[in-house]
Amino acid sequence: MKPQAAAWLFVAPALLVVGVFFVIPVLAGFALSLTDFDIYALADPANLRFAGLDNYLTLLATPLFWQALGNTLYFVAAGVPLSIGLSLGSALLLHSRLARWPGFYRTVLFAPVVTTLVAVAVVWRYLFQTRYGMVNHVLGQAGVGPVDWLGDPRTAMPAIILLATWKNFGYNMVIFLAALQAIPEDIYQAARLDGASARQQLVRITLPMLKPTLALVGILTMAGYFQLFAEPYVMTQGGPLRSTVSVLYFMYEEGFKWWNFGIASTAAVLLFALMFASTWVIARAARGAGPRARQAGA
Amino acid sequence: MRRPLAVAAVNGLLAGLALVSAFPLLWMASVSFMAPGEAATVPPPLWPQAPTTANYRELFVRAGMLRCLFNSLALAGAVTLLSLLFNAMAGYAFAKLRFTGRAQLLRAMMGALVIPAQVAMMPLFLLLKHMGLVNTYGGIVVPAMASIFGIFLVRQYALAIPDELLRAARMDGAGELRIFFRIVVPLLSPVLASVALLTFLGSWNDFMWPLIVLNDDRLQTLPVALASLSREHAQDTELMMAGSVVTVLPVLALFVALQKYYIRGLLLGAVKQ
Repeated sequence: MKPQAAAWLFVAPALLVVGVFFVIPVLAGFALSLTDFDIYALADPANLRFAGLDNYLTLLATPLFWQALGNTLYFVAAGVPLSIGLSLGSALLLHSRLARWPGFYRTVLFAPVVTTLVAVAVVWRYLFQTRYGMVNHVLGQAGVGPVDWLGDPRTAMPAIILLATWKNFGYNMVIFLAALQAIPEDIYQAARLDGASARQQLVRITLPMLKPTLALVGILTMAGYFQLFAEPYVMTQGGPLRSTVSVLYFMYEEGFKWWNFGIASTAAVLLFALMFASTWVIARAARGAGPRARQAGA
Repeated sequence: MRRPLAVAAVNGLLAGLALVSAFPLLWMASVSFMAPGEAATVPPPLWPQAPTTANYRELFVRAGMLRCLFNSLALAGAVTLLSLLFNAMAGYAFAKLRFTGRAQLLRAMMGALVIPAQVAMMPLFLLLKHMGLVNTYGGIVVPAMASIFGIFLVRQYALAIPDELLRAARMDGAGELRIFFRIVVPLLSPVLASVALLTFLGSWNDFMWPLIVLNDDRLQTLPVALASLSREHAQDTELMMAGSVVTVLPVLALFVALQKYYIRGLLLGAVKQ
């Protein structure tokens, strides 16, 4: 067998699957966003019409879409820094030479990451229960009155953010931990010889060295958080007062409840544009982090 | 800060974080053994007064969760085995075999990684409906038989395979398939274990796609069944916790047993993107 032919034989099955079930549907998704595909077109494709940018204009004039966009941005803007901050903090604790059982703690802190989102969302729904929930019980001990977490539009999204932070911080913690372990020990030794305090070592060495990792983790986490769906589906069903409807929740209802595939595809494309723009901003900010930090990270 | 104080602070904070991380899962397990209605009391009880397995019996006998457990196992298993084979073959070829267009294809796939799967969801649904795969196991398995991410993980690891080894095997007259299965696959086994684990857990935990494609009760996976159960039985805390245990326990056990491979796969994926 010729080497070329053999190579194509090896890549063909995977490329075929990715091409037919991902690349073509993605392109078709963009195309679908320019049509009026609805339940009538689902029954008979002859009812399909090219609609240009009508769907985009319709969506931008739909208050619920704007609310979904706002809710999603709220979730991302509050959830990403909170998750990454907790990841970084716990990684620093685990990396500390004073930590007693780092292996055990790492496993326990990471465990929520591998759990099934739907199942832990169900669990947290009961933890957030107003009368019998553990969260309010603990708050009550501290003298804070009962909070109607999932029934109040002001607290429903914060509750979902807390669940997401609990579930996800272990993932980035492990990435930070690996980055911390890759920092050469002699840099710290030299700094200590020069009389640097623990605090100075953290601010002057550790954090600058983590900058490339921080950018990577920021991009990955943001991309994941923009895809908020199962938490509101299970915990609040988008309520109360639509305060937890995310863009994907909106897309799911438009697409698979009302069969408005044109509008649903448009929502997906807009979400993609938003994710792409945010990623670009972070990547640019990271590149501008200064030559010294970049060298250190290389 | 003085040293004993620092030791207490670091370990105290870690213990606190561990408690917060573990508590919801331990509470879930404990409540799943409580009698109906027991959890809905003030103050919320931590332990069942008289542990009972009634919730699990209700779940398996009446709610049909055994069927869903089987569906989840079969689907995640099939996705893992098939995608492992295809991703391994492609990842190896992208790392070690020369063919025209390799670099361009690789770059195109790298770019495609940023596109969220949801853009493809509506057309994919129409395509599968056309193929008659909606409401069948195939609707889950067929589109997941290969993944760009899996191909990349394998390729990253396969780059380290020495070319001389492959050349020597070719000189001895070994065919490309034989080289792949006899030499390459054993060398790749650590990364294949990682990819298999990540794929299995990802498939098991997936919610949105099975929710869309599998409407038939008899085909539903555990997360989808649990979500619909929680809409019908919102008041049955104890039953819902048993359902959550059944959903979470298999993947949690798998992770604890094979942690090393999971973390390695996670890091391999995060460092090289």
